[in-house]
Amino acid sequence: MNMKTVNKVALTTIKIIAGLVVVILAFLIGRILIQGLPHISWHFLTSPSQEFIAGGGISYQLFNSFYLLILTLLISFPISLGAGIFLSEYAPKNWFTEIIRMAIEILSSLPSVVVGLFGFLLFVVQFKMGFSIIAGAIALTFFNLPLLTRNVEQALESVSDLQREAGLALGLSKWKTVIKVIIPEALPGIVTGIVLGAGRVFGEAAALIYTAGQSASTIDFTNWNPFNAASPLNWSRPAETLAVHIWKINSEGIMPDAAAVSAGTSAVLIIVVLIFNLSARYLGNKLYRKYTAAGK
Amino acid sequence: MGDYISTRNVHLYYGENEALKGIDLGFPDNGIHALIGPSGCGKSTYLRCLNRMNDLIPDVKITGNIEIGGSNIYSPKTDTVELRRQVGMVFQQPNPFPFSIYDNVSYGLKLSGKKDKEFIDERVETSLKQAAVWDEVKDDLSKSALSLSGGQQQRICIARVLAVKPSVILLDEPTSALDPVSSNLIEEMLLTLREKYACVMVTHNLQQASRISDTTSFFLTGQLIETGRTKDIFVEPQQKETDDYLSGRFG
Repeated sequence: MNMKTVNKVALTTIKIIAGLVVVILAFLIGRILIQGLPHISWHFLTSPSQEFIAGGGISYQLFNSFYLLILTLLISFPISLGAGIFLSEYAPKNWFTEIIRMAIEILSSLPSVVVGLFGFLLFVVQFKMGFSIIAGAIALTFFNLPLLTRNVEQALESVSDLQREAGLALGLSKWKTVIKVIIPEALPGIVTGIVLGAGRVFGEAAALIYTAGQSASTIDFTNWNPFNAASPLNWSRPAETLAVHIWKINSEGIMPDAAAVSAGTSAVLIIVVLIFNLSARYLGNKLYRKYTAAGK
Repeated sequence: MGDYISTRNVHLYYGENEALKGIDLGFPDNGIHALIGPSGCGKSTYLRCLNRMNDLIPDVKITGNIEIGGSNIYSPKTDTVELRRQVGMVFQQPNPFPFSIYDNVSYGLKLSGKKDKEFIDERVETSLKQAAVWDEVKDDLSKSALSLSGGQQQRICIARVLAVKPSVILLDEPTSALDPVSSNLIEEMLLTLREKYACVMVTHNLQQASRISDTTSFFLTGQLIETGRTKDIFVEPQQKETDDYLSGRFG
């Protein structure tokens, strides 16, 4: 074969493989949506789940998923921001930094079920937190922290050294240069990373089964005192999320409409994750444009 | 005539490697001073000693004496923030901050605690005019500086330096990343600045050095080979190495 044919064959192969990936993804999402969408209704989204009779909804699970996500981000973002800044801007190149980097890498490759069991033993049992939102949020923090730290570090590192020099040459201290110049420029990357990470956290089940628990305790949506056990904001109550709900229904659900509830929940989960992903792109692009094109 | 900037016996080591081998050089408080020489000869390193940018590199050791305006800038009492306000720097690649044009130019002023809006507005306008970019950007100062062309960005960076009224401007190959038209604009602008500021410029462009500089210093492998009036250096270099370099026999 001559070069031209080889080139053509290679290109076609790559195109087919790329197309295959898209087809698989479209098939998966399409199937979940086609099966689940018919079951989604306002009633489904806003009423509590049922264990024995048909017609249950997912209101608690939906709320729990978002609440858990917010708590997780509140814990993990400040830590990963600090760690990312340290690693990218301050960490000296020595064995200690290498150990930190390696630890982060290992942490990020831990199977989430292991993270969940660890959270169960340490927080739920040892620290007597019980199955609770806060135990779940801490477990998810372990799960999310390495990815988020990596993301912050990379976003900061992608800012050109020229910016650092510009700040310093203008008389800014190193810290001020980081805060006022480097972070604003890295912001689009950081925000995209947070939102994509949020999508992963939102769909996580294995790490939560043994930490946040598998039961959705009754919530009273009129009670917003976080210290009351029935309040949605209470973080020491057990809280089943959407992903855990799907797992639970499929393994031991006994309600007559289990298949329909599972399909509907899956569709809701997929839609939320898709919204996260699309908004990550949108936000990232928007922030990027804000800094590079017309100003405020 | 006492030099405004004077460096005596400056040695700089990167770890074991001696990058500057005893530089004695001085500049008056105005005019354009070109530093030329092949890559790696130490001219940029020398330039960065003058605003202590080398402090940031780990394992750097600097000995000798560097005085600007009569004070030793490496004395422990030196405030590097104040030093870098007084000794501005322009880099090879334009590096405006990811803010608006106005915020870029006013940044140094705000940093030094100036709050009066009228004063800042006035200084932003003067600086942009001095940097010969006012006419191109005056319609919308709230535009992001990153949306401008490379040449405009570089002039914004120069305006940013001018805004804090430095006495010295260090230029590290300020036009080597720009197209000829932009380079020309910047050269012309530098000629208007030379009355008021001491401009020390590293350049690889020998024509540029001969066109706009008042004095030229030739560096080679960390040593200062020759320094003098630009005309003399280019027409009648005293050292063989300088002659070889200028006539393109090496480097």
